[in-house]
This record gives sequence, structure tokens and C-alpha cells, in this order.
Amino acid sequence: MTLATHAGKRPVERRGVFSKKLSGIIEPYLYVSPALVLILAVMLMPLVLGLSYAFRDIRILNPFSGGFVGTAHFETLMSDQAFLGALINTAWWTFGSLFFQFGLGLILALLLNRDFVGRRLIQALVFLPWAVPTFLSGLNWAWMFNPVVGPLPHWLTSLGLMAEPFNILSDPDLAMWGPIIANIWFGIPFFAITMLAALQSIPKELYEAASIDGATTRQQFISITLPFLAPTIAITLMLRTIWIANFADLIVVMTKGGPADSTQIVASYIFTQAFRRLDFGYASAIAAVLLVLLLAYALAVIGLRRAMTHADN
Amino acid sequence: MASIEIANARKSYGAVDVLHGINLNISDGEFIVLVGPSGCGKSTLLRMIAGLEDITSGDISIAGDVINDLQPKDRDIAMVFQSYALYPHMSVAENMSYALKLRKTAKDKIADAIGNVADILGLSALLERRPKALSGGQRQRVAMGRAIVRKPQAFLFDEPLSNLDARLREQMRTEIRKLHHRLGATSVYVTHDQIEAMTMADRIVAMHDGIIQQVGSPVEIYDRPANIFVASFIGSPAMNFLEGAYETTADNGDQGAGIRLSDGSLVPVLPAQGASTNQPVTLGARPEHITIVQDAANGLPARVDLIEPMGLSTLVHATLAGKPIKIFTMDRPDYAVDSFIHVAFDMEKVHVFDSSSELRLPPLTEPHTGHSD
Amino acid sequence: MTLTGHTTTRKMLYWGSHYLMIAAFVLFALFPLYWLLKVSVTPNDILYTEGVRMWPSRTTWENYTFVLTQSNFPHYFMNSVIVAGTTAAVTTVIAALTGYAFSRFAFRGKVIIVALMLITQMFPLVMLIAPIFKILAPLGLTDSLTGLIIVYTAFNVPFATFLMQSFFDGIPKDLEEAAMIDGNTRFEAFRAIILPLTLPGVAATLGFVFTAAWSELLFALMLVSSESASTFPVGLLSFVSKFSVDFGQMMAAGVLALIPACLFFLLIQRYLVQGLTAGAVKG
Repeated sequence: MTLATHAGKRPVERRGVFSKKLSGIIEPYLYVSPALVLILAVMLMPLVLGLSYAFRDIRILNPFSGGFVGTAHFETLMSDQAFLGALINTAWWTFGSLFFQFGLGLILALLLNRDFVGRRLIQALVFLPWAVPTFLSGLNWAWMFNPVVGPLPHWLTSLGLMAEPFNILSDPDLAMWGPIIANIWFGIPFFAITMLAALQSIPKELYEAASIDGATTRQQFISITLPFLAPTIAITLMLRTIWIANFADLIVVMTKGGPADSTQIVASYIFTQAFRRLDFGYASAIAAVLLVLLLAYALAVIGLRRAMTHADN
Repeated sequence: MASIEIANARKSYGAVDVLHGINLNISDGEFIVLVGPSGCGKSTLLRMIAGLEDITSGDISIAGDVINDLQPKDRDIAMVFQSYALYPHMSVAENMSYALKLRKTAKDKIADAIGNVADILGLSALLERRPKALSGGQRQRVAMGRAIVRKPQAFLFDEPLSNLDARLREQMRTEIRKLHHRLGATSVYVTHDQIEAMTMADRIVAMHDGIIQQVGSPVEIYDRPANIFVASFIGSPAMNFLEGAYETTADNGDQGAGIRLSDGSLVPVLPAQGASTNQPVTLGARPEHITIVQDAANGLPARVDLIEPMGLSTLVHATLAGKPIKIFTMDRPDYAVDSFIHVAFDMEKVHVFDSSSELRLPPLTEPHTGHSD
Repeated sequence: MTLTGHTTTRKMLYWGSHYLMIAAFVLFALFPLYWLLKVSVTPNDILYTEGVRMWPSRTTWENYTFVLTQSNFPHYFMNSVIVAGTTAAVTTVIAALTGYAFSRFAFRGKVIIVALMLITQMFPLVMLIAPIFKILAPLGLTDSLTGLIIVYTAFNVPFATFLMQSFFDGIPKDLEEAAMIDGNTRFEAFRAIILPLTLPGVAATLGFVFTAAWSELLFALMLVSSESASTFPVGLLSFVSKFSVDFGQMMAAGVLALIPACLFFLLIQRYLVQGLTAGAVKG
């Protein structure tokens, strides 16, 4: 860098086409563009395309398909017993899993929030299921429920809960419990990790101050811990509800929606329509309905929270 | 080394103007201190010189070249940050040599330069250490060393001492001054600490609300503050201000003047330029320009609130005309709290400020030098 | 004295139940994995007779030797390593750039881009299965590892970006400003100063993305039809539906699928709590 010290003011000659100001404006977009292009091309464009499929007849095996069918798919949906069943199953699957994941996850987080010997090791061990690939979790639990190689049916029989060892995954009344239990196993660490992080961000002085003020452990939990956790709980529960409702892997692996559609949720139904029947039009119509339902759910939760915080003020 | 000229430089973030047309010429080798409260725009101005902030309008030139459009790396300046900004994954030597390496300086030259600077700053034994293994004072030195090694056209300092404890800060103040004498490098130093400004600057630039309030040597700024802001910001303990009305008096034929305080008492002052009778003015008196007098007839009564011994001197807090004032004395007074004393103002040294414009009204006897800007 | 005795008993009771509950959680977490391991080393002839025994009377490696030498699993495994590894690498690079921009720049449209990325975290990806197939098919990207890598990268970029951003946020801006004054352009400063300081974040992001790509099933099932492009999940699932009696071999394959995921888990374990709080919330 040589800046000759001539007298008088003159602008130093500009390098390249861009002045500093212009390149400063462009620079952030250069960093962001790969991600943006990818998301637009692989997520947003398919989304829009998918919504258009919902109004078209698109079947991969039928070369004459592709025409516009209006709302025909949606009309079929209204009377599709499998879809209506899947709606109910989705609610059952989502809230059944969520209740136990959250409850047990919170307890685990509270247990891990105390200092004790071996805490780091224990933490690594109990979080391990989260790292197990979901397809493997599904297969593994399917095997656990299988009386041929799995211990669970035999234990349940010994406990007198089962007359004889059988696979609950093949019983339409009980089958949903299979994926739900696998989902609980897989999902506890997530809640435990999130809650633990939130717990660790609560300032210790608060508890010290409260115990000096004479608050019991229970009072401290109610007046300090819960209020601090509340925002995290609210946001994770909402996001998780949506996530679990969309989470079809375990069901596809463990039951494929069966027996007799008793474990079919909307997400796995979309997958089945697209993957097995190659009926993209119908699959997309279901997907559109699912999107609207989830959007309505999210808006309702947000609205409810807003109403509650307003009531507080 | 080089001069720096700032011509009508403005900075705005959207609709918010942070700097309103700054004009400042810094001559080659000068040590300039930008001082002001936080949010006054001093750091923004420094960062504009460095190229870390865009210049909304106006020009900044170094050595005669407008550098508005140059990247920071092409401006040939060095900067010492408040946080020191040492690269944590590099040793002291690597930190100091980074800029030279980027300019493809020969290895032996780099080694020479670093050895040299390390000697000056007493860092020779620490060259292989990581910043993590250094004390705050040592980190500060490394940050200085990193700047010096490059022999830049100008040094920029952004509150470099504010993370140090008081004793170390005092020591570094002196060291930076000595370094400046030795290197003679053009330096722009930002601080909110008026003591640093007073002790280090060739010229102080006092800033407030994005506007330069006054530029001048420390003594000039201290003795002839341009307005109430500068008067109150520079000097510790701070100047006392008492509001009143200007009056002209005739005493033995001499033209005189005074300020009538709210309790009716009159403080004699030198006749001020442009002041008229009954004009609302503010009397500004530094604590050392108020004296405690034994003779009640020669002073105004003040109630003692607190005696603050400071070792060398004593600061007496008192209430005069309903306003708190501070009086500096080299005596060791032992007045009881709530007792009354009598105080007199040093007529030659006190200031008269116009209460509405807050500008200083200099005495008629003062040559009309006119403060810049 | 009685008072202290009383508190000690209460304390012991508390810690007793504390450890008991912890033990229950550990058991629940590990038992299924233990069982997987147990069946995988049980010889076929005693698999059914010793069905509920905690450990078989004899153990064997033959399930593993079969899986490794007689089956397509090594091939699936390689495919998965290629897909998950490339996805992790590419995603991390893209996420580092974007996360850095989110952390350091204020620019027009930033809010919209951040919102867009957050929304993608919530919508049902299964919706995209049909359209993505239709888009990729004419490009020759179905039944190809490249297609999977592109899809997985896009799916993982948003979360990885928020994760990287949280690590960049923890590094003072002064550092790259100092580097820019020392003679770097901003991008050079990012590469030479900031990125080396974010290595833990890079490792965590690599780990998260690798695990996610390693586990993905539904898109792999849809987009891949041939053996040659099958990833491990697809291979294992088709193995299961074809040879559903060879439990020992399936579980041996399962254990093999577990290994890389567990390795990465150990790598990122330390950052789990930090990463999940700082980044968005995704499983």
C-alpha cells in the first residue's frame, strides 16, 4: 500500500467496478445467496408446486394424467374414511407422545439440574436415544414388541397384563402404543435438553434469596422455576406439536400405518399415497389440508398466548 | 505519518443523525483526543476514519487523499480497541506480525520489527504466549505493539484504557504519551475520561450530540470553555454553576459587573462581552476559584453539607443561594456540618455563560481569539 | 442433634429416590440398545430358546461377518457415508456463510429471510415428497446420491444456519475489525480469524447435520429405487421386508448403523445444551 503524499485532495483511484459503499451493500447478499437459492429451489418452489398438484390429476404410472381436476381431490377427501381416521389418529399420536415426552423430559431435566457424582456420564447416556437414527429406533422397538425376539410381550405376560405373548403392533386396538412408546423413548432427551438449558439459565441468586426469605423447595419451584421455564415450555410445546404431527418415520417403519389403518396418521398417509400408490395429486391435496390445519393450530396457539399475556397486563 | 482532514462529515443511520457535519484538521504528528459522554459520536467518527463505518456524506482524507471509498485495509492506519481484539488463537508474536505477514514483509524484517517493539513495550518474555495467558495490562501492551509494528500513517485509539484498573491506567497514560513523543505518529484517541483527555492531548476535541463543541489545547479548554457543556464535562471535581441575572455596576468610576443570584446576593465578575443588564446568565466557577474567607463582609454565606478529605486537598460541599457548590481548599478545614462559612469568588477566573444559548460570554479584557468551530 | 439426624435422613431419602429415578431413566434409555446388541451376537440356533435371557449362553460374530461379507450392507454403508458426509460438509459451509451474515450484517430483507428459514423449520417436509420427485426426475437426480445430497442440504441449512449464527454471536466483532485494519478483506478476516475460533461450532454443526442425513428415511425411500444408490436406512428396511426371519443379521446391521451416529453424538454431546438453546428448536 503506497499512498503518495501529494499535496491537495484527490480521490484515490477506484479499484474495480465497485466502490466501497456499493460492495458493502452487496456483500451480505453474497454470503446469504447459496442458502437462499437452495431453500427457494428445494423447499419453496416444491411447496408452491405441491399446492398446485392438489388441484391436478398427477399419477406417475398414468401417462395421460396431469389434467386440472379442480377441487375433486378435496371432495374425495371429505368422504375418505382412511383420511378421517388418520386425522383422529394424528391427534392421538401427537398428544399421546407429547404428554409423556414432555412430562418425563421435564422430570429428567430437574434430576440432571442437581450436582451429583457421574452427572456428565449419566447425561450422555440418557441423551443417547436422541442420536439413534429414527429408522433404527423404529425397527428396534418393533423387534422389542415382537414375541419372537423381543422381551416385552413375555414380561407383560409374566406381569399378568397379557394372556399370552403377542405382538401389540398387530392388534388394531393397541398398535398405536408401539410407535408412541418408541417416540417417547426417542423424544425424552429433546425435552430434557431444552428444559435443562432453560433451568441452567435461571440465576442461582434467585434461589439463594428465596431460601433466605424462607421459601421451601416446593415454593421455590412454583415461584421461581416454573415462571422461568414457562416461555421455553410454551414455545417448545408448540413447535414440538407440529413436529410430531409431521413425524411419520416411526410409523412407516413400525406398522406402515396398519393394521387396518389403525396407526395411519396424516403424514404417513401422504407418504403412502405418494410412495406406494404414486398418486401425487391426491397426496398433495392431503398435504394442503395438513398445512392449513397446522397453520390454524399455530395461529390459534399464538392468539391464545397473546390473549393470555394481555389478560395478565 | 500524515495529516488527517475531515470535511463536513456526516453519519446517519436511516433517519437518525449521529454526526452533524464534522470539520476537523489534524496535523501531522499531532495527538488528538476526542472526548465526550457516551453516545456523542466520538467512536463513530473514529470508526469512520478507520473505514469500519461508511461516511454518509462529506470527505475524510489522510495525507491529502480522500479515503472515503477505501477499505480499512487500504487506509494504512492502525487501531487499538477497547477490548484489545487480540486474536485468541495466535501467540503474542503472531498477533503483532499478522499485519506485516499480510503485506508479505520478509521474515527477517518481521522478526526485527517485533523484537524492537517488544523491547520498547517490555513484551520480549511473552512473545510465545497466547493472549489468554496474559494479564489485562499485558494484553493492552500487545494491542499497542500490534499497532506500532506496522508503522502506519496514523494511530487510532478507541478507549484503549477503560478496561484497566485505575493505577494501571495512569501508568499507561504516561507510556502512551512517551511513545507518542518517540514515534511522533499522528494519533486520534477516543475517550470518555476527561482526565485522559487533559493529560494526553495536544488538542482536545470536545463532542456532544454529534457536534464538535470546542477544539483546543487542554489548558485552553480548561481555562476558556466555549460553553456550559465543555465547562461541566472537563475538570474534576466539576465546575459549579449558579444561575442569576447580569448587572453592571459603577464602582469608584470603574465600570464593573456582577451576577445577582436568586437569594439577592451579588457576585462581582469581569464585564462580559455582549452581556446586558438583567440578562439571565449562569455563573461558572471551578471549585478552586472559590475561597473560604474569614471576614463575613467579604463573602457570601454558605451552609456546610459535607467535608470530603482528598489527601492533598479537601473538598467542601456547601449550599449557596439554594444550590449545592463544591469548594476546593489546600487547608484542612474542620467545619461542623450545617455550620455557616463565607465564600468569595475569584473574579478574574469565574465564567459568565448566557443561560439560553449556554455559550460563554468572555470578559471584555480577553482578546477575541474565537474558538474554532 | 436430633434435628441434624432428621435432616440427614431426609437428605438420604431424597438422594436415594433421586438416584433411583435416574437409574430408571438410564435403564429405559439403554435397554433397547442393549437388546439390539444382545440379539446381534446370539447364535441363530439358540435365539428362540433363549429369547428372554439377559445374555445368551454362547455368543458369535457370525451375524456380523455375514452382514459385512455376504450382504450389500457395506455398499449401503458407503452410500450413507458419502451422502451424510457430503451433506454435512456442504451444509456447514453454506450455514457458516449465512450464519455469519445473520450475525454481522444488517441488510435489507434480512428479517424476511430469517422468517422464511424459521418457517421451513415448521412445515411438514413430507408435503414436498411428490413435487421434489417431479422436479428431480427430469434432471436425472432421482435414484442418485447427488439428488439426495441436494435435498438433505436444503433441509438442514436453516437449522445449521441458526446454530452457526449462535456461535458467531459469541465472537466479538472487534476481532474481524482488527483484522480488516491489519490488512484483510472482510471475507479473509472471516476465514482466517473468525472461522478458526468457531471450530467447536463447526464440529457441532457437522455432527448435527451428519446425524440428520444419516437417519433420513422417507425421502431416501421415495427418491432411490435401485440397490446401487440405496442408503443404509433404505437397505436395512428392504432387508427387513425381504428376510424378516434373520433377526441376528438385521440387528447386526442395526448396530453397524448405530456406530457413526454414536460417534458423532459423542463429538457433539458437549454442545447439545448450548446448541439447542441458542439455535432454533428442532429435533
